[in-house]
Order: sequence, then structure tokens, then C-alpha cells
Amino acid sequence: MTAHETAIELKGITKTFGAVVANDNIDLDVKKGEILALLGENGSGKTTLMNMLSGIYRPDSGSIYIDGAEAVINSPKDAAKLGIGMIHQHFKLVEALTARDNVVMGTKTDRRLNKKALSAKIQKISVRFGLSVDPDKMICDMSVGEKQTVEILKVLYRGARILILDEPTAVLTPQETERLFAILRKMKEDGCAVIIITHKLNEVLEISDRVTILRRGRSIETVHTAEVDAYRLTELMVGHAVDLSIERPVTEKVQGLLKVQHLTVANSEGYNALEDVSFDLAGGEILGVAGVANSGQRELCETIAGLMKTKDGAIYYRNENIVGKSPADIIKAGISMSFIPEDRLGMGLVASMGMADNMLLKSYKQGKGPFLDKKPSRELAKALIGKLDISTPGINTPVRMLSGGNVQKVLLGREIESNPSLLITAYPVRGLDINSSFTIYNLLNEQKKKGVAVLFIGEDLDVLLELCDRIMVLCHGRVTGIVEAQKVTKNDLGLLMAGETLNEREEDA
Amino acid sequence: MADKTTLAAHRAEHRQPLVRVVRKNDMPAYKSTLLRIGAFVVALVAGGLFILCIGQNPFDVYGTILNGSFRTSMAIQATVKIAVPLLICSLGLTFAFKMNFWNIGAEGQLIMGAICATPIALYLDGLPRPLVLILMVLAGMIGGGIWALIPAIFKVRFGTNETLFTLMLNYIALYMIMYFREGPWRDPNTPAYPQIKYFSQNARLYEVLGVHIGWIIALVLVILVYIYLNKTKQGYEISVVGESQATARYAGMNVGRIVIRTMFISGAVCGLAGVIQISGADYTLADSVAGGVGFTAIIVAWISRLNPFVITLVSALFAILEKGCSVMQSTFQISTTASEVLQGVILFFILGFEFFTRYALVFRKRGGK
Repeated sequence: MTAHETAIELKGITKTFGAVVANDNIDLDVKKGEILALLGENGSGKTTLMNMLSGIYRPDSGSIYIDGAEAVINSPKDAAKLGIGMIHQHFKLVEALTARDNVVMGTKTDRRLNKKALSAKIQKISVRFGLSVDPDKMICDMSVGEKQTVEILKVLYRGARILILDEPTAVLTPQETERLFAILRKMKEDGCAVIIITHKLNEVLEISDRVTILRRGRSIETVHTAEVDAYRLTELMVGHAVDLSIERPVTEKVQGLLKVQHLTVANSEGYNALEDVSFDLAGGEILGVAGVANSGQRELCETIAGLMKTKDGAIYYRNENIVGKSPADIIKAGISMSFIPEDRLGMGLVASMGMADNMLLKSYKQGKGPFLDKKPSRELAKALIGKLDISTPGINTPVRMLSGGNVQKVLLGREIESNPSLLITAYPVRGLDINSSFTIYNLLNEQKKKGVAVLFIGEDLDVLLELCDRIMVLCHGRVTGIVEAQKVTKNDLGLLMAGETLNEREEDA
Repeated sequence: MADKTTLAAHRAEHRQPLVRVVRKNDMPAYKSTLLRIGAFVVALVAGGLFILCIGQNPFDVYGTILNGSFRTSMAIQATVKIAVPLLICSLGLTFAFKMNFWNIGAEGQLIMGAICATPIALYLDGLPRPLVLILMVLAGMIGGGIWALIPAIFKVRFGTNETLFTLMLNYIALYMIMYFREGPWRDPNTPAYPQIKYFSQNARLYEVLGVHIGWIIALVLVILVYIYLNKTKQGYEISVVGESQATARYAGMNVGRIVIRTMFISGAVCGLAGVIQISGADYTLADSVAGGVGFTAIIVAWISRLNPFVITLVSALFAILEKGCSVMQSTFQISTTASEVLQGVILFFILGFEFFTRYALVFRKRGGK
């Protein structure tokens, strides 16, 4: 197989959703035996484009060529027939079945093969691409990395020669990411075409051969990875030069503002989502929380905010135990705590209401009588638009119509305006472009300088290392380490995220 | 290679579906209004075709429908009488729907309101007329409210499905009327068939302009509901809970209490419709007291997008259609079933067009491109 034959070619792909042009005349091509990174900020149209390749959407215009022949992909089934396999961000596996059942499910021809033959077939593919999967293991017993491997196996089993991965590393530890990249390299050697969607620059530089950069739905440029660096890529992605360093101001710390001791919390299924979590948070400090997805971050935030019940342990806010207090009690007791939840439109804001009405959310009870006083909220909304440079048609435009960055500014703005002394933020830059992200980091630093204690749940380890004073790492609801951000490396964090402790790595494999 | 490409293109053309459904963005208000007016026109045309099929002149029939509901003051009064319970029930449902609580039980809540007000009309009618009426209204609203409270409490405590629960309670309420009619409240003066005695004058609503004052109550209610939902703290809570319970809890709201309180109000308003029906129109309690009003109100509330003023307008249109069709029946000797088919056809198109406010159809382009 020659390494230069084209596997996929997209010509002039356009897709609109109502008035929004998600993809505007995009050209792209991937050769066999090549890894192409699709780079772009959130909302630049990466996922939309890939969904058209995998048959979930259809383009309004433009053509798709697979192996040189024009193809029309109406459904994921068509895509599979053409040898296109997509690994979605959210796994589509049946938890109660084994890896083998998940792999075979939906294929017509192999259903009658016996377990042994199937396992052998799976084994053959596994060896060929360097996957390590136990076909008899249940999905629910697997780690996130293993589940992803099963997903990859699934599409390879169906004969995929073109693999699309949508932000595959978001849920992985750095070590698991390495393993994934090894698999991708094997596929490349085997002559597969791989498209990887990501917005992590270092990963793009590490794994890809070429990079196609999308900005606002257009394909801006395609470059050879070897010829660019992170700064050049950012510039292409954002449209102008960006300073990628985050400042970490030195502040005076007020010790003991928040003390969490031996906190244990059960989730809705009754499992312990947090186990024996203890930490201190000082005023004027940003404490980062790292961990792979679903390691107990959400539960930690919601428990401190009074939204989840604790099973055991105590939370001291200025030496007062607030365990058992509801959000209403916390507001009433004058505890100035702000929680910026990760699900901004599902928890922090009311999506169908405008900015003005959203400002009322936590303060609507103020004032006597049964009627709402909407005047202060309207003024606050107007003030925030100016202060945080929020772009919205008006203070009554439903916030769900705003872009992710503006939604976050509305939420963060409201919380900061309430002058909290404790600020909890969960993934505050998720879905935000680089400019908006830096605005948010600056706002958090401002709060830190004012003496606010900030709990920052993050996912990008580089950002955590640069922004935070200390980082607490969670793994399966347990604290595996609280470290000084300046004294550790990304690799150290990765080990902690995987459940190892830094000094005794042999323990607890 | 070139051959292969054209072949693929040819094949591709054929595999492309003829029609695709595509989700639309929110359309501007004027556009959706235009669309709804368009739906109304199409509905009339489709209804007209049906009228042609049964051998009548559509223009004559539509003229009669309109004329039939307005030609005399008697006709107008009758139309208003149909509109009032529908309007009040739709307003009642608006509370629940705004909270995203699927109250399908307006019918039962209306009936319970009527049932609870009836003993006062039957046994306490010796009291002064205003007092009797006030007591009836209070009893009816509490009755309707409690009937809505039951599913709300179960929903909050045990997470039961409110749609099924409220629906089932409708039938319980309906059969309770039959029990009272055959048993304790049966009028001994009509031994031939079971029936509840007609109310005395003291238990009948006052009339203004020839119609019971229910119409004034309904119009006042329209304004009250608008203010409550849009200007008060409790109304704000309802909107937040309806959008997302997680957000409501985040904001420190007691979601369970809000659901229960709002459902009580919702049921109470529907119960009020029942009281007005028995003391203003029927003067007795019969099993036809609700007659499907509670179900029609669901349609009215949703078509009107839960806006009280639009609900007023739509209720009036529904009443005109119903009254007009009954006149049409007698004028043209059209059977009841045909009249109902006509109403159904018109409704079908109006409701069906709601689909196009959210989705668009994309047809396959010609020439393979």
C-alpha cells in the first residue's frame, strides 16, 4: 500500500443549522497511513464536519470522496460500509456486557460464530494493532482507557480503515494517552487513515503528520506538523498572536477559610463518590483539583455547596461546620460562597431566561412583598455587559442563544458580583475559546488577589500547573495527593490521577 | 477511475433520501405568527374540502358557523358559556405546564371542584345567596386543589409519573359523580332515572349581560395569572423549576414545596371552573359537567404557548367553532359525527403545523447535485 494514496477528500463542504453556518466551504484530505489533526476552538465546526463523515449529519453542499470515488453518507451504516469508524467523546458501549459482546453487537455475519472463534478473531486484530483487551471482561469493570480501547476495537473489527477520534484524550490520564498514541501509530503503519479532533496543542504536535486548522467554520490552513510550533498553531487557530502564559500572582494567604475533614459522600447509586477527603483552602489561594473525569469532582463541589448529602465528615467554613445546610441555609447564614457548576445552562443559569432574569436567581427573595424587584438585576446585567465585554443582543435575550464564553461570563459575573469569600468553579473554561479562557483566568486571579479562596476544578493539566498554588488530585473519590504546583510535573500528576502515590509507586498498582 | 466516479455519483443520487427533516432555529415571533395564520387558512381549506365531500357549500357552512355563534345575543351568550370553563381550565393548567409538570387531570380537578361545591348547594341553600356562592367557590377550589395535590405529593415523595397519575384520577372523579347521583344525592322526585336535584336560586350565579358572572371571573383571572406568573417571586420560582430542577436547587429553592404549592393552585383554578359550570350553566351536578373541557384545555394552553392573553383568544375561537358547528348541524341537517369530523380536521391542521415551527423539510435536489 502506498503511503500517499488519498483515503478521504472533502471538497467544499457546507453545513448550516438555521442561521448558523457551522461549516463553510471546507476542504480537507487525509492520505492512507497518515494521522491528520483537526484543530480548532470550540464552535469552529470540527465535530460537525466529522459527524458528516460518519453519517450523522448530511452536508448542505459539497462532496465527499472515499478512496477516490464520490460517496453519499446517509447514515452511520453507510459510513461503516465505506470503512469509516468514529470514536465519540462519550462511549457507546453496553456496560452490562463483555468486551466481546460489545464488539460483535450489530454485526450480522459473525453472530453465529462461537465464543472461541470470536475471541480468536478479536485477538488477531488486537495483536495487529497493539490493543490489549480481555474479551471476557465486563465493560462496567473497565477503566476509561480500557473502554476506549474497546471502542477502537469495535470499529476495527467492522473493517474500518478510516478512523475518526473526537477529543479522545479528554478523559485519559497522560499515561493512558501515551498508550492510545501508540495504538494510533500502529494503525498508521498498517495504512489506516486517522483523523484526531483535539484542542490540545502538545498532543497535536506529538501525534499528527499534518494539521488542518478550522476557524469559525472555515478551513484556514493545512500545515505539516514538523514545520510548526505551538505558537504558530495558536495563531492560526485564534487568528492573531496570543500570549500563552498564565500569571500566578503572589498573595497573602488567610489560613483556614475552608477546612474539609474526612468527607465521605455517596452518589445516587449508593457508591461512595468521595471517600475520606480532607484538605484546607486559604483565602487568597487557588487550589486546583485534578483527576480523570468522574473521579468525584462534581460531588465535591456540590457537597460543599450544600446540594448533596454527606455520609461522613465535616466541612468547616470559618470554623463553622456547614454539613447539612441547604443552599438556602447557606445564603441565609450569610456565608458568601459561590459555586460555578460545570453544567452552566443546566444548573447555574436558566437557559430560556435573559441575562436580567438570571441575575435574580440567587437574590430574587430579597425585598419585601410577593413581587419581584427586577430593577437591580437589569442594572447589574447592563453593568456586567460592559465590565466583562459580554456580547449579547440584549439583557432579555435567552442566555442559551449566547456563545459558551459569554454564558460563562454571565455566570461568573453574577457570582463575583455577590462578593463571595469562597469561590468554587468546576471546569470554568470548558468549551471556551482561548481568549475567553484567559479572561476567566484573569478574573479568577483578581478574586485571588482580593483574598477570595478559589477551588478550581480543571481538566487541562498545563493550566492547573500554571494557575494554581496547590493541586489536589482525586482518583476514584480519594485524594491521592495534594502538591505544590511549582514543584511537580505533569507526569507526577498523571501518576496521582491513576491512583498511585508519588513516593511509593510500587504500592497500589 | 472516471467510470467508477460517475457510477458512484449515480448510485449516490439514488441513495439520497427524498425528504429529510431538519431542525430549525427559533424563528422570530412574526414568522411563527404568520405560520399559525397560514395553518388556520390551510385548516379551513381542508375542512372546506370535507364539506364539499358531504355535498354542501363550504362558504355557506363556514358562514353559518360564524353567524351561528354571533347572530343573536342568545347565540353570543351560549358561545361565552362554552368559552368560560375552557378558559379557566386552560389558565389552571398553565401553572402546571409552566413548571413542566404534565397535569392531564384538569378534567378530574374540575369534576372534584363541582362535587365539593354541590353539597353546599343542596343542603346549605338556606344561607344568604352571596354566602352560599362564596362557600361553593371555596369548597370547589379546595376540592380541585386537593385532587391535584395527590399526584404532586406522590411525584415529590416517590417520583411517580404525573401524567398517568393525573389521567387516572380523572376517571375516579367521574365515577364519583355517578356514585353520588345514584346514591346519597339522588333526587327522590325523579324516580324514573337517577339525577341530582336542580339547585335553588341561592346556589345559582348572578348574571351580568345575560351570562353568568363566570365570564367576569375568567377575565379577571387572566390578568391575575399573568401577574402571578410574570411579576411575583412565586411565579419566578415556577419558571426556574420548570426549566431545570437542578438550577432551582442550586438557587436555594425548595423544589418539592414549589411543586406541591403550584399544583394546588393549578387544581384549585380547574376546580373553580367546575363550580362555575354547575352554578352558572347546569344548575345541577351531572356526569357531563366537564365533558372533555379538561382535555381540550391542554390543547388550548399549549397552542397559546402558556400566554394567558393568547389563551383567552384561543378559548374564544374553540367556543365559536363548537357553537357554530352545533348550529351548522341543525341548519344543514348534517350529522353530529360529520360535524365532529370537521372540527377534527380543522384542529389537526392547526396542531400539525406546530411541527413546522421547529422543523423544516428538505427535499432532494434535482440533477444529483
